[in-house]
Amino acid sequence: MTPDSARQLQKLGYECLIEKGAGAKAGFSDAAYEEAGVTVIKTAAALWKEADIIAKVRPPTETELKRLNKGKTLISFFDPAGNEKGLEIAKEKGANVIAMEMVPRISRAQKMDALSSMANIAGYRAVIEAGNNFGRFFTGQITAAGKVPPAKVLVVGAGVAGLAAIGTAVSLGAVVYAFDVRPEVAEQVESMGAEFVYLDFEDDQDGAETGGYAKPSSPEFREAQLAKFREMAPDMDIVITTALIPNRPAPVLWTEDMVRSMKPGSVIVDLAAERGGNVEGTVKDERVVTDNGVIIIGYTDFPSRMAAQASTLYATNIRHMMTDLTPNKDGQIVHDMEDDVIRGATVAYQGEITFPPPPPKVQAIASKKPQKAEVKELTPEERRAQEIAEFRAQTRQQVTLLTVGAVLLMLVGAVAPASFMQHFTVFVLAVFVGFQVIWNVSHALHTPLMAVTNAISSIIILGALLQIGSGSWLVIVLAALSVFMAGINIFGGFLVTRRMLAMFQKS
Amino acid sequence: MSYGFTTAVYVVAAVLFILALGGLSNQESAKRAVWYGIVGMALAVLATLIGPGAGLWGLSLILILAGGVIGQYVARRVQMTEMPQLVAAMHSLVGLAAVFVGFNAHFEQVRVLAMDEAAREALAGFAAVLAEKSPVEHNILRVELFLGIFIGAVTFTGSVVAYGKLAGKVTSAATKLPGGHALNAAAAVLSLLCLVWYFNTGSLLPVILMTLAALFIGYHLIMGIGGADMPVVVSMLNSYSGWAAAAIGFSLGNDLLIVVGALVGSSGAILSYIMCKAMNRSFISVILGGFGGSSGPAMEVEGEMVAIDADGVAAALNEADSIIIVPGYGMAVAQAQNAVSELTRKLRDAGKNVRFGIHPVAGRLPGHMNVLLAEAKVPYDIVLEMEEINDDFPDTDVVIVIGSNDIVNPAAQEDPNSPIAGMPVLEVWKAKQVFVMKRGQGTGYSGIENPLFYKENTRMFYGDARESLDKLLPLID
Repeated sequence: MTPDSARQLQKLGYECLIEKGAGAKAGFSDAAYEEAGVTVIKTAAALWKEADIIAKVRPPTETELKRLNKGKTLISFFDPAGNEKGLEIAKEKGANVIAMEMVPRISRAQKMDALSSMANIAGYRAVIEAGNNFGRFFTGQITAAGKVPPAKVLVVGAGVAGLAAIGTAVSLGAVVYAFDVRPEVAEQVESMGAEFVYLDFEDDQDGAETGGYAKPSSPEFREAQLAKFREMAPDMDIVITTALIPNRPAPVLWTEDMVRSMKPGSVIVDLAAERGGNVEGTVKDERVVTDNGVIIIGYTDFPSRMAAQASTLYATNIRHMMTDLTPNKDGQIVHDMEDDVIRGATVAYQGEITFPPPPPKVQAIASKKPQKAEVKELTPEERRAQEIAEFRAQTRQQVTLLTVGAVLLMLVGAVAPASFMQHFTVFVLAVFVGFQVIWNVSHALHTPLMAVTNAISSIIILGALLQIGSGSWLVIVLAALSVFMAGINIFGGFLVTRRMLAMFQKS
Repeated sequence: MSYGFTTAVYVVAAVLFILALGGLSNQESAKRAVWYGIVGMALAVLATLIGPGAGLWGLSLILILAGGVIGQYVARRVQMTEMPQLVAAMHSLVGLAAVFVGFNAHFEQVRVLAMDEAAREALAGFAAVLAEKSPVEHNILRVELFLGIFIGAVTFTGSVVAYGKLAGKVTSAATKLPGGHALNAAAAVLSLLCLVWYFNTGSLLPVILMTLAALFIGYHLIMGIGGADMPVVVSMLNSYSGWAAAAIGFSLGNDLLIVVGALVGSSGAILSYIMCKAMNRSFISVILGGFGGSSGPAMEVEGEMVAIDADGVAAALNEADSIIIVPGYGMAVAQAQNAVSELTRKLRDAGKNVRFGIHPVAGRLPGHMNVLLAEAKVPYDIVLEMEEINDDFPDTDVVIVIGSNDIVNPAAQEDPNSPIAGMPVLEVWKAKQVFVMKRGQGTGYSGIENPLFYKENTRMFYGDARESLDKLLPLID
């Protein structure tokens, strides 16, 4: 909770309490909280007793869990898959527990997805840590003191952390490459300014699974992937690995020989260190320097290294969760187990363990568009062949059209008298000229085009003028009316066109 | 004056008309091009008046001038937002004139055919031209004037209905009489039968019958097309008015009419094609009216619409560096173009990169938005087409969508079952933040749900576009 989010929570009808000194490390003083109307409680124990809803970051300890009782709700990280004992206690106590890491990855729930917030920080911080340990500039420069090549950064795994890392590295000026087993994220990678690394792999590359996470890949695929990395390793200055598969140890993607082939002074940041690491040689929470001078960073506490930012984001996530739990804004929790998001995140509810949750009804990312991936994998030869085929098809179409047109014209010519054919020739040529000319008209001028064609189509006035002097009174009246209407059109059309065109101005 | 002189002037006029259309390829040359058109028209009319065959030129001049006064009055008074109505109304005049001229040709033909050789010698003007025709040529003339009247009549009622729809005087929804397109087909068949009848007898009755049928087709066809398809309809009618002129040109043996008719006809046809392509729909499906029906249930929309107030929008705008504004018909309805221009000026003065993204079918007329923005003095070099700007959305901080809906609908790309699936759209949702100015939560003209409004980075700024902008303007610094 930050003072800001406390104010928002009060608007929902809640009273806010906080442990003394809780915000100190993130730069929020107790005074700031008090000013925001928060009651500061001296000890954690008193707080657990006092409050009905407890929000916290780290998974609760056993002692803490024992302080729960029926009617209390705990919102925190819980690690439900590896914390059966904790679940049991929560069940016995009858408390409701919402595990923040279980918030389903659907777009509606993004605002309370604390994992994403934390991953975002980790990705950013990973680049900063790498920069701290990297002895050169990120951006290429040509200075009076010589030329500096840009740093080359490879980001493995383009999840939230990976994308954040890409964005940070790109904005520092590095040349960034990124890889992910889910080809549909290529677009996101490219949108952040990095180059997506495609594998020469025949089978479908799709490694996406429901819920926006990656799934384990086949051995062949893994080999192709490692081969690609091996090829890239000597060129890379900084490698950031973020590959995680839910509920499994992190896959090893950067083997020892790759580490050895890197230049001295290169930096590897392993964001998967908590689950064993993507890099062979990672030591959890340590900075290791290998024999050939490559620095491997295995910190796992990136969010704590940016406490103020992490607290703000987490507090906002919690607040959004509270907003969803309080539909009536009256300070009363409505624990709606029908709601996909709340159901997914709840691991213990009224004396029952509700983990694991049923799969969410909505997929995180629309399944990949097949044609897109195919287009990108075309080799130059295939592309050329395709172009030639297209050109041929076009030629064939044009020739067919011309032939048919010509034959039709000849047929008309065979029966029609010469005087008609004269006019007909003019007509066909005029249509042709019209088509050629109009294609060049700019989109912005379509309205003036319509107005001006309108004006000149009143050329029909010529017909009326030729008829007006000949024949009966009926002819004269009709012709006169036509002249009159065409007159309106000529003047109106041209004037309005001029009016419009005069308005178009360059800045 | 001699016949040769008139023809020479016609050639000059035709060249000038082609230059007038060709000059519209950019804004600067367009200003010159209009003059070509005006001079061409003046030359053509003068040459006809003093040339052989014209009579009663005093009356003609008076009528032209009287029409000119009205035309000028209308052209000066019309609001730029009313442009679609005006264009439709003017098409109807051309259509009606074509019908009249066609009828005249018929009367004259009947009169001349009834004369004997001696009387024909004495004829002058248009009748003299007719008198020289051979029987085969008379038959062809019948087909030509029949076609001219038919197309003219369809254009006339079609344009009147289009005018009514655009001006809001007729319901813009697609409405059909019971029987639907079968009625149109029946009327068309009737017209065809009349043609055969007329071809053989040359009597007046089939022409009148056909005219009634054509008037009905024009009315019923356009009534059956919804408001969202109006850009196609207007350009289609534009095309028809050209073809009508060309057909009349054939029956009068006047090359200039043929040339200009063909130019206008092909221009309208190309415009219709461009509009159809921009909506990813075939011309036929537009003409047959209504959307082609979805092939399955629409994708469910996940999430909620989040509203925002002027303060929030202003804060985001003040922070943003690059902004793209996507206007739609809603801007025209609310007459908000001046407020938009003012907003643009303020933002640009603050050093922000402000641009406009225009979808080809935004508004009710091809190029409608460009004209409105030009009226409000938005410089045209920051007003970009869809293809030019679509790749820039991911690098854009804020997109403001003003009263447009389908043209920014992500369902066109994401949901294969959507009625607009495959239509090229402005990919506004790729920007960091999107503000949608909209009157309410409804689905708009086409009735298609728009998932954009439910996206995480979308905020809804409800209210009349102009009032909302007026609230927003003082908050921008």
